[in-house]
Formats: sequence, C-alpha cells, structure tokens
Amino acid sequence: MNFLAYIGRAVMTVLAQLGALAIFTGRALAAIVSPPVYFRLILVQMMRIGYFSLPVVGLTAFFMGGVLALQIYLGGNRFGAEAIVPQVVVLGITRELGPVIAGLMIAGRVAAAIAAEIGTMKVTEQIDALTTLATNPIKYLVAPRIVAAVVSMPLLTLVGDSIGVLGGYIVSVYSLDFNGPAYLKNTADFLHSDDVTSGLIKAAVFGFIVALMGCYNGFNSKGGAQGVGNATTYAVVSSSILILAADYVLTALLFHK
Amino acid sequence: MTTPKIQLIGVKKRFGSKVVLDGIDLTVEPGSSLVIIGGSGTGKSVTIKSILGIIRPDEGTILVDGEDITHINGAARDKVMRKFGMLFQGAALFDSLPVWENVAFGLIQGRGMARAKARDIAIQKLAKVGLTEDVAFLSPSELSGGMQKRVGLARAIAADPEIIFFDEPTTGLDPIMADIINDLIISTVKDVGATALSITHDMVSARKISDKIAMLYGGKIIWQGPTGDIDRSGNPYVEQFIHGKAEGPIKMAVKA
Repeated sequence: MNFLAYIGRAVMTVLAQLGALAIFTGRALAAIVSPPVYFRLILVQMMRIGYFSLPVVGLTAFFMGGVLALQIYLGGNRFGAEAIVPQVVVLGITRELGPVIAGLMIAGRVAAAIAAEIGTMKVTEQIDALTTLATNPIKYLVAPRIVAAVVSMPLLTLVGDSIGVLGGYIVSVYSLDFNGPAYLKNTADFLHSDDVTSGLIKAAVFGFIVALMGCYNGFNSKGGAQGVGNATTYAVVSSSILILAADYVLTALLFHK
Repeated sequence: MTTPKIQLIGVKKRFGSKVVLDGIDLTVEPGSSLVIIGGSGTGKSVTIKSILGIIRPDEGTILVDGEDITHINGAARDKVMRKFGMLFQGAALFDSLPVWENVAFGLIQGRGMARAKARDIAIQKLAKVGLTEDVAFLSPSELSGGMQKRVGLARAIAADPEIIFFDEPTTGLDPIMADIINDLIISTVKDVGATALSITHDMVSARKISDKIAMLYGGKIIWQGPTGDIDRSGNPYVEQFIHGKAEGPIKMAVKA
C-alpha cells in the first residue's frame, strides 16, 4: 500500500508541476501579444541573451565543425568515402549541431542567469513590489526575455553555422589536405535552403524553451539563497533536456514527411 | 455612515493543511491609521498580500471603497492597484535601476508618465523623506538599510496613493533610525491624506503611528480598539504580547 501511495504522490506532483508550467506558459504568451510592449526592455535583453553569447557560441561552433570534419574523414576512410566531408559537415552543422550547440550554450548561460535574477527578485519581494506599482510582473519580466530569446537564437545560430562550417573547412584544408575551392564548392552545391531554415526554426523554439524555463523556475523559487540556487539548477537541467527532446520532435515534424 | 476604505469579511486562507487566516473581519476607516500586531507567522503578511491580490484568499470578501476586489484581474486589478502604495519589509528596491527610477517606477510603468517629468517628481519625493538629489543617481545597493527604507517610502508615496501599506517598517533598524522612519510615516501619510494599514511586532512603532490597533492570533482578530485603549484591553493575549512576556496564554511554536 505504501508503495502505491508513493507512486500516486509522485504522479500527482508531476501532473501539478506540468499544470503550473502550462498556466505559466499561457500567461506568458498572453502577455507577449497584449499591449503595452516594452521595446526598450526587449532590446536590453537581446544584448544580454544574443550579443553577449556570441563568443561562447562562436568558439563551440568552431571546434564542433573541426571535430566533425576530422571524425567524418576518419570514419569515411574505412570505406573510401573521405571525400564526403564537406557535405556531411555542412548538413550536420546547419540541421543539427548549430542550433543544438547554440541552444545548450544558451541554456547554460542564459537560463541560469534569468533564473538567478528573477529568483532573487522573488525572494526579496521585488516581484510583489512590481505588482503594487501597477505593473504586471509577467509582462515586465517574462515577455521581453522570451521575445528577445526567440529573436536572438536564430541570429546566433546563423553566426554559429557559418563559424562551424569555417572550422570544418580549416581542419579539412590545413590538416587533411583537401583542396580549398573544391571544398567550398561541394559545400555550397550540396546545401539546400531547407537545411538552414529548419535549423533556424529549431533555434527559435530552443530560445523560447530557455527563456521560459529560466523565468518559470525563477518565479517559483522559494526560500533564500539555496532556493535561488535550486531554481538555477532546475532551469539549466530542464531547458537542456527539453531542447534535446524538442530537437527530436521538430526533426521528425520538419523532415519526416 | 461613511463607506470604509478597506473592509475584510470572513477572509480565510490555508496553505496545504496549515490554516493561516481563519475568518478575518477588519474595517479601516478613510484617513485612519490601523496597525495589525501579532507574533511571527500569525498571518499578518498574508492579510496584507490578500488585499493587494498577491495572494488569493480561499473564502471571504475584500472591499476597497465598497467595491469587491476579491476576484478581479487584469486591467480592473491594475486600476485598483493605482490606489495603493506599499513599503516592503526589506524595501524591495529594484537593484537593476538607479534610486530615482525606483521612486518613479509606478509613474513611468504604471501610469505612462514621461521619464523627465517622473524624475522631477521622484526628486521631490526623495526630498520629502530627507534624501538629497545626489542620492537619486546612486544604485540601491550603495545605500544603508535606513536609507533604503526611506527610498522605499518615497516610492510608496510617489504616485500619491489613497492607501499605504507598511510591512514591518522599523524591523532591522537601530532605535533612532526606527523613530525617524516612524516620524516620516506619520508626516507622509498626513501629507498625502492617505489611509494607512501597517503590520508590525514593534510596539513602540505601533503605538506611535496608529489610531487603532488590531491583534491577530490563531488566524483571527482577537482584539481591536483605539491605540489609547491597548493598555486596558483586559485581554490576556494582548497583555502578554505588548509586554513581551514568555509566560502567558500564547505558546510560541518552537518547531515549525
């Protein structure tokens, strides 16, 4: 009996959490589409979420492109298919690794920062103070962050895609003796615009996930410093898992026709 | 008979199995200053947050100027919120904004006032709480606790509210700064002609800033009356609380 009660309690907790998240998401979406729109806050958040993430996204994309080229070359070597490196690199980067790597980096950098900031505002009653100043906290804090993340992530991914392909090119040409112009031609000829746009759609969804989980966990942090610490952890872990799960679902929806 | 500024009728709130408010009935007359006293964890904050709509009561009715605001939302809620100002226990200043923008926040975000005009008003309000113009451009984290409370007070009165809430206004301050804050509360409330509702467990402060006192215990108002009557309440709970005695009918829960 105790065991059944344990399972029941766990299921109820999960359902209650999902319900709370769904309500929060609904309120956030309503806040985004209803006036007033805080353009200044959206721009500030785009700087923090997008612009300041460029170095970390660029660096990880560069190494990811490089290692991808090296692995494809070594693997392809087993059955005489080394020449396929440029095609696989550009496909892997634009469709998959570009948005996912950018998404995971943003999850670590931005979801944590959002959860810590909003969580601290929550435990120091700053969010209650917003309410008493006739300002809707969801509209003032959540809506600008979500809009900024959804707009910034595709732009970041586009930059990351380019740098990732460059990383593959540099490794291929300077270490694996590929012909430079031929490499670029193979890359360009093989690439479809669908490959890039599907990655950008994924990136926008990942941006939404990161900002939403950061805000949701921040708003629900309890207690003092420890509560804010937990909120930060949950924000990073939950957004990372959701990014990979959403990646699978989106790939199935976008390509499996 | 005039309409009460704030009226609570049978307000109940529980968190899980813990009953915090067990049928609160309370009336605050226009222009008066009511202080709710009571020990830690007796639901003083929950009472104020219920009026503000931050916490939704499970049962009961809350009226402001005779209007039922218990279940209103959105634009109607924002409209009622414009009547309120609040000084939070920890001041709750926005640390991402300079002092003047904190004070002007309700004017800019809540009422759409132009920033330059709101800044002038903010500097006037800061002067009212004894702070000079150069403080206006500092960050809240650069201020002492007493100064943060003053900024919080300036923010609470910035939009000339009809009702001001004070949550433990003197907690964490030295006795002199506490008295200065008490004086500021009295003068600013009179100045804007507001109705004041405060919660505190500081009896010196409670006696000084109130016209009426109500005591909260076990989720109910167990005594209320004019401030002058508090010493002859004849209520053992009130007697124990105002004299700060460990012995008496109130048993503090040592375990949470």
